[in-house]
Amino acid sequence: MTDLTPDAAPGRRHGGSLLTLDARTRRRNRAEARFRAYGIGAILIGLLMLVVLVVTIVSRGTGAYTQTFVTLDVELLENKLDKKGTRDIEAIKKVSTFGYTPLINAAFETAAQKAGIETALKPKDQAAILSKSAAAQLRDYVLADPSRIGQTVSFRFLANSRVDGYLKGRVTRESIANDKSISAEQLDFVDQLIAAGMIRKTFNLDFILGSDASDQRPEAAGMGVSMVGSLFMMLVVLVLALPIGVAASIYLEEFAPKNWLTDVIEVNISNLAAVPSIVFGILGLAVFINYMHLPMSAPLVGGLVLTLMTLPTIIISTRASLKSVPPSIRDAALGVGASKMQAVFHHVLPLAAPGILTGTIIGLAQALGETAPLLLIGMVGFIASNPPDGIAAGLLSPNSAMPAQIYEWAKRADPAFYERAWGGIIILLVFLVTMNTLAVILRRRFERRW
Amino acid sequence: MSFVKLSASALAIAAVSATAATARDQVQVAGSSTVLPYASIVAEAFGENFDFPTPVVESGGSSAGLKRFCEGVGENTIDVANASRKIKDKEIAVCAENGVTDIIEVRIGYDGIVFASDIGGNGFEFTPADWFLALSDKILVDGQLVDNPNSTWADVNAAFPAQPIQAFIPGTKHGTREVFEEKVILAGCEETGAFEAFKAANGDDKKAAEKACIALRTDGVSVDIDGDYTETLARIESNKDGIGVFGLAFYENNTDKLQVATMSGVVPSTESIATGEYPVSRPLYFYVKKAHIGVIPGLKEYAEFFIADEIAGPDGPLAEYGLVSDPELVETQEAVADEKVMGGNS
Repeated sequence: MTDLTPDAAPGRRHGGSLLTLDARTRRRNRAEARFRAYGIGAILIGLLMLVVLVVTIVSRGTGAYTQTFVTLDVELLENKLDKKGTRDIEAIKKVSTFGYTPLINAAFETAAQKAGIETALKPKDQAAILSKSAAAQLRDYVLADPSRIGQTVSFRFLANSRVDGYLKGRVTRESIANDKSISAEQLDFVDQLIAAGMIRKTFNLDFILGSDASDQRPEAAGMGVSMVGSLFMMLVVLVLALPIGVAASIYLEEFAPKNWLTDVIEVNISNLAAVPSIVFGILGLAVFINYMHLPMSAPLVGGLVLTLMTLPTIIISTRASLKSVPPSIRDAALGVGASKMQAVFHHVLPLAAPGILTGTIIGLAQALGETAPLLLIGMVGFIASNPPDGIAAGLLSPNSAMPAQIYEWAKRADPAFYERAWGGIIILLVFLVTMNTLAVILRRRFERRW
Repeated sequence: MSFVKLSASALAIAAVSATAATARDQVQVAGSSTVLPYASIVAEAFGENFDFPTPVVESGGSSAGLKRFCEGVGENTIDVANASRKIKDKEIAVCAENGVTDIIEVRIGYDGIVFASDIGGNGFEFTPADWFLALSDKILVDGQLVDNPNSTWADVNAAFPAQPIQAFIPGTKHGTREVFEEKVILAGCEETGAFEAFKAANGDDKKAAEKACIALRTDGVSVDIDGDYTETLARIESNKDGIGVFGLAFYENNTDKLQVATMSGVVPSTESIATGEYPVSRPLYFYVKKAHIGVIPGLKEYAEFFIADEIAGPDGPLAEYGLVSDPELVETQEAVADEKVMGGNS
C-alpha cells in the first residue's frame, strides 16, 4: 500500500517499517483503548448504581411483606356488647371500637394465665402490644354476625408496629429507652408470648391487598386500595388516550394536508410531550374540578389528567410506527382499488399495531409512576381507606394511587411506615418492569422490518 | 374527522359522569400537616364506627388548606380545613368574599414544638435567648446592633459545647414557623434586650421591631425545611451537628434517633405542655363550613366525633399519639353541638 497522505510530509516514514508502529499510531491506539475503557467504566458505574438501587430497595422493603401476628382467644362478652340481649344490630352498632378494648384486655389476662406467664404488667399494658386495629377487627366480626356474641373465638390480631419492629430487629431494648409507646417489660412479655407460641411472624398478604391506615397503626397499612386506584386511572387513560391518540396520529400522518397548520400542531404535540407533569395537574384542577365540577380525589379526574399527559407520548410513537410502514404497502392497496381509508385500516394500521402498542404501554407505565399532578387534584393524603364497591365507585369515590401512597408513607412519623414505603416501591417496580417487559416482548414478537 | 368525533364523545362521557357525580357522600378535609396524623386517626375511627364513609384527609400546610377552604361553598370545595394556627382576619375576609361566611372554629388541643438533635451528639438545655443569639440576623453586642457573629453554640452560651450552629427550622408555609418565631425568637429577642434596641432604631415602632427580631440570618446557618419532619430528620441524620425543630408527636415516634433539648429547663412532654410549663406550644384547630352541614352527610358527626372525650380526651388515641388535650374540651363540644360560628352570632 502506498502512502495515502501526501501532504503529511512524504519522507516521514523514511527508514521506518510498516510493521513497527510510529508514535502517532500508538497515540491513536492508546486514545481508542482509553475511550473503550471509559465506555466500559460508564456501563459499570451504571450497573453499580442499579445494583445499589435494587439491593437497597429489596433489603429495606422486604420487611413490609412479613408481619407479626398475635393469636388470642377472645370471649365476646354479652354484658359488654349487647347489654339488653336483644341481638338488635342497631343496638350493637352503638358500641364503638372503644367498647371492645376491655374484651381484649380480659383476653390477655386469661391467655397469660393459661400459658403460665408471669408478668407485672397490667392487662391494659399487655394489650398495648396489639395493633389499634384489633378492636375494629373484633367489632367488624361481631357486626357481621351478632349471634356470635357470648362465644369465645380465636382471633389472629396484628401486633403493634414496635413489637413487629422488635421481631424484625429494628427495635431493640436500647432503642426504646426513651420511647413512651413501649417498655422493656412489654418486650419481656412479648418474648414470653413467643415462647408460648402465641406470637408469630408470617407473610402478610394484607400489605398487598389491604388499605391505608392512620398514623397510629402502620402495621395495618397496605397498598391494595391505592393499587385499585391506579388501576382505574390506567383504565381511563387506556380508554381515552389510545383511541384519541391513534385517531389523531392516523389523521395527521395519512390524511391531513401538509400545511402550516398541521406543522404548528406537530410542533405543539412534540412540545407537549416535554411539559412538566405538574402543569397538567394545575390544568386538571382548573378544568375538571373547578369548571366541570368533577369530584375531588377521584381516579376519574386523575385518569383524565394522566390522559392529557400520556397523549403526546402515544401520538409520537404511533406516528413513528405509521411512518415506518413502507409506502409500497399503501400504493399496492390503492392500486387494487382500495379507498384511502381501507388502505389505512386494512393494511397500514395492522402493520403499525405492535409499535403503537409498545408506545401505549410505555406511556401507561410513565403515567403509573406519576405523583406530581395527583397532588393538585387531591389524590395525595389519607385517602385510600375503603376499597371501592363497583366500577362507578371505583372511578368516582376518592382514592389514591401507588406512587402517591408511597410518598404519603415516606413522610409519616413512625419508622414502620418507612419500611412500608420501600415495600410499596417494590410493588410499583414490579408493575413497571412487567409493563416494560410486555412492551419489549410485543415488539420482538410482532414487529416487522422492511 | 374521527378525531373530532372521538374527542367530542370523550368530553360527553366526562360530562355525563360529572352529572352522575354531583352527590359527594364523604367529608373532604385538607390543611396542616401537623394536624394530618390526628385527623387521619379520627377519620379512620369515624369510618369504623359510623355508617358514613371514611373522610378524605389531605395535607399541604395550614395556609394552603385555608385557601382551599375559602374558595367558596359547594360540593367541589372542601368541608373542613385543618390548621396549626388560628385563622387570620385576612383569610376570613377572603372567605366572606367567596360566600363562606359561617365558619365554625374548633380547637382540638395543643401541640408542643421541640428541639431535637442526633441521639449520639451533645445534649442541650436551651433558653429562647440562646436561639435568638444563634439564629437572628442582628444581635446586640456591647449595646450595638451588629450582624450575628456567632458560629458555634459555645459563642452563644459559654455552657454549650463548641459545636457549629446548624439549625433546620420549618419553612414559612408551615404554621409551626410562626410559633417558633413568636414563642422562641421573639421571646429571646426581648430577653436579650435586643427588642428595645430594635425599637429605638425603628423610631419606637413596635411592629417594625418585632419584624426585625424575627429576621433570621441568611448565611446558611439556619436552613428552612419546606417538607415534612421526615426531611428534617434526614438532614440531622446526615449532619450530626444539626438541631431540628419537630412536633412532639414526631419526636416521640423517633426517640431512638433523636434526643430532645430542654427549653428553659423544662423537658417537653404532654404533661409539661398541658400545665403550661413548657413554653413552646400552640393550639391546633380545624374549621368547618356551616353551609355544608346537612349537605355533606356525616360532616357534623365527624366534627363532634373529633372532639369527643373518647377521642380528644386525655386518655384518647389523639393524646396517646402526642396531642395535648384541651382542658376546655367541654366548651368546645358544646359549641360544635350548637354549630356556633365565628364572630358570635350563631
